[in-house]
Amino acid sequence: MSWETVIGLEIHAQLSTRSKIFSGSPTAYGSAPNSQASLVDLAYPGVLPVLNQEAVRMAVKFGLAVDATITARSVFARKNYFYPDLPKGYQISQYELPIVARGHMDIVLDDGSKKRIGITRAHLEEDAGKSLHEGLGKLTGIDLNRAGTPLIEIVSEPDMRSAKEAVAYLKKVHTLVRYLEICDGNMQEGSFRCDANVSVRRVGADKLGTRAEIKNINSFRFVEKAINYEVARQIDVLEGGGKVVQETRLYDPDKGETRSMRSKEEANDYRYFPDPDLLPVEVDAAFIASVRATLPELPDQKAARFVATLGLSEYDAGVLTSSKELGAYYEEVAKLLGSSKDVAKLAANWVAGSLAAALNEHNLEITESRIDARRLSGLLSRIVDNTISGKIAKDVFEAMWAEGKDADAIIESRGLKQITDTGAIEKAIDDVMAKNPGQLADYRSGKDKLFGFFVGQTMKATGGKANPAQLNELLKKKLAG
Amino acid sequence: MHTLTLAELARKLRAKEFSVTELTKSLLTRIEAAQPQLNAFITVMADSAMAQSVRAEAALKDGSAGPLTGLPLAHKDIFCTAGVRTSCGSHMLDNFVSPYDATVVDKLNAAGMVTLGKTNMDEFAMGSSNETSWYGPVRNPWDPKLVPGGSSGGSAAAVAARIAPIATATDTGGSIRQPASLCGVTGIKPTYGRVSRYGMIAFASSLDQGGLIAQSAEDAAMVLGAMSGFDPRDSTSVDTPVPNYVAELEKPLAGLKIGLIKEFFDKGLDAAVEKCIREALKEYEKLGATLVEVKLPALPLSVPTYYVVAPAECSSNLARFDGVRYGYRCQEPKDLMDLYKRSRGEGFGAEVKRRIMTGTYVLSAGYYDAYYLKAQRVRQLINQDFKKAFTEVDVLMGPTAPDVAFSIGAKASDPIQMYLNDIYTIGANLAGVPAMSIPCGFVRDLPVGLQICGPHFAEGKLLNVAHAFQKVTDWHRRIPAAFNKEVLS
Repeated sequence: MSWETVIGLEIHAQLSTRSKIFSGSPTAYGSAPNSQASLVDLAYPGVLPVLNQEAVRMAVKFGLAVDATITARSVFARKNYFYPDLPKGYQISQYELPIVARGHMDIVLDDGSKKRIGITRAHLEEDAGKSLHEGLGKLTGIDLNRAGTPLIEIVSEPDMRSAKEAVAYLKKVHTLVRYLEICDGNMQEGSFRCDANVSVRRVGADKLGTRAEIKNINSFRFVEKAINYEVARQIDVLEGGGKVVQETRLYDPDKGETRSMRSKEEANDYRYFPDPDLLPVEVDAAFIASVRATLPELPDQKAARFVATLGLSEYDAGVLTSSKELGAYYEEVAKLLGSSKDVAKLAANWVAGSLAAALNEHNLEITESRIDARRLSGLLSRIVDNTISGKIAKDVFEAMWAEGKDADAIIESRGLKQITDTGAIEKAIDDVMAKNPGQLADYRSGKDKLFGFFVGQTMKATGGKANPAQLNELLKKKLAG
Repeated sequence: MHTLTLAELARKLRAKEFSVTELTKSLLTRIEAAQPQLNAFITVMADSAMAQSVRAEAALKDGSAGPLTGLPLAHKDIFCTAGVRTSCGSHMLDNFVSPYDATVVDKLNAAGMVTLGKTNMDEFAMGSSNETSWYGPVRNPWDPKLVPGGSSGGSAAAVAARIAPIATATDTGGSIRQPASLCGVTGIKPTYGRVSRYGMIAFASSLDQGGLIAQSAEDAAMVLGAMSGFDPRDSTSVDTPVPNYVAELEKPLAGLKIGLIKEFFDKGLDAAVEKCIREALKEYEKLGATLVEVKLPALPLSVPTYYVVAPAECSSNLARFDGVRYGYRCQEPKDLMDLYKRSRGEGFGAEVKRRIMTGTYVLSAGYYDAYYLKAQRVRQLINQDFKKAFTEVDVLMGPTAPDVAFSIGAKASDPIQMYLNDIYTIGANLAGVPAMSIPCGFVRDLPVGLQICGPHFAEGKLLNVAHAFQKVTDWHRRIPAAFNKEVLS
């Protein structure tokens, strides 16, 4: 009995305009409840929406970045339903004519292969407010600060076949919206949200199975877990002879399971009709060209460039272009080192390795790094010119991070310069050989493993500063006798 | 003073024959005296009116006054007025004090006009008789047993009784023109997009338009310009210059081609009303106009089209009235659903609920295509009919309403009968064209209105054509006997 998983994702990304999509209220996060809700946001009698052009620009920017058709004439429609966090009793969205039509996003799978995920459409809409249930007894508090924040809803084709593919796609879209500077991608604050539509079917079947929609997943990790749980659940149901119910389910991160939403599901008849308070959005070739001119180098383009000009592997290029800032940091380091393929690889290892680890440990963004590109390149150039070994460099790195000094200053003050003087190394080797006659005899009689012992002892004797390559070479010679 | 038009009041004020405060006081007294009889007002703003009067007088004195400074008016209670109850004729908003001024209110305040109060209206502008108001029906000043028309019944009655010289009003399917016709006053519904809808509580967004009920075309011309114009807060307002309507009043009529809408002179039209209309049209021929019959074949579909589109939009527009943020909230709601059901159930009247249900139905899955979508398509046909007609004629004329004022209660139990009152007016809203009603005679001692429609943004032409008629007739100066005295008992 083999099953195929089919996944489609709906992503809601908050656009980082300064004011809301249909009113002039600020969109800043974290203010006191209802301090950023104007009469328009509160749906007072007589108020009217006015479109924020920047939201349109950002949506078009996204569309161009995913190679999508931009709809010349798109229409806002009212999605009607009752809920206290929806002041008008309808959400202004786009239905039949979204601003962005069919596009696509290429993702790289674990095995390195590429897959194209279709984007069905992306449209503009307004966000609802928030319902707060804690600390109010039997009451629910409604905070309308968020009501009216612009969203772009990005709908994928059901092209993903595993939770891993879904996460890869999600991460790629996340990276892209941050590159485009249209969304800050903050999943904790809710500016980047994901709903997953999950179904299963027999391998080879051409009809899609009944899908369940999972909501409330606010991290990449949870997306993967939620989808895997749901797939297993659905397979269980079907193998037990049951039917999958088309419903909305919530992911519970504490229990690691999805649950059917308790509430009596509102009839999903939203009675969409074009909003008579807003004109159709007409974008012409000139407008599109002006937006296209503001597109930055996109992640795929930057990664391809790193592969072509710096000789990085696709994997490394992918990691280093996961954010525009990281890509810029890396590129500067490589440039300062001369941009040859050798230094590019070295820089890649360090940026993706030690630097990434340090940033992670201290919960910092690349832009907040305590070692900037110039100082890191300073450290790496001392490896390149053999002043220090890679191993010593790690210690220098930590000292640079902690003390804020340049590599040279630390190498100098701690006397960490590599020993490359053949005579000095030979002397140290002679010393160690003399002090360890037993091991020497054993080695010469065949115990090759003891080579490591001599390496270690000699390194210790030189305070770790012997050039490892030279040490190895000279040690081999001397041990051979 | 009560027989003076707005234009005459303006001249006399500037000639210092009386002061602004004297004028305002006299109107406030008339309003109070007439209220038990007419019920034309929901809120009288005596204190603020006096304060505005004082400021207006100062402006008149120091030379900073404009042409409208010191002139009094009333606002239909659908326009939000800051710090003052704005009820829309509904229990739902009885406790609603608006925190802001509608653009129309703002503009007329800035022009120095003095607001006497908020006039009664059919609840949420839904009605043709002003019988659906939470505040009770308005009575026709010509006969208190009869309706004044609706939904702007309060504004029409107030002007007819001369307790306000002019009043703002709104028209979605005829709510300015039909009450103007039934009350013997002049009403104008401008082109859709001419007047800002910001602060004008929405009924049917693609049809609603703010306008005026006045004693004459000249009076309307004075105020319409100040009310009109592009508003960045209303995306449907049109950015096209506002002409000087007063300057266009005296343009000669010679060569005017008047189209008579064939479909309007049908069996639904009362015979005596038709005779009255045709007499009025003869006046226009005497003025040098020619009458031409035009056909607008899709026009008879106006009423069913309207009664799909308007309820659909209203069902969505009225969803915000849910007892959560402002307005009526039921006592001790048990849970969210209870809050919604009882607040809306108790806050809305029967006609409003009827239209919300109709609107919800025609938008619902499986019915959208058959009703709403189809109605919007028919609407385009009606629009095209008007456009084509205006290539053949300059203006269209016909009756405003099929009959004169009817008894209070007569049609209240038959909604369809009530809806048919709008049969001649609805087309203009569907096409967004400007239209007026001017008094043109009496049938059985009750006023009859002549409707005049023009192409988009032809308000100047309409006012000019209406003014020409009003220069050679005096129907517009007739005042109901009960109110034709300086002091009302």
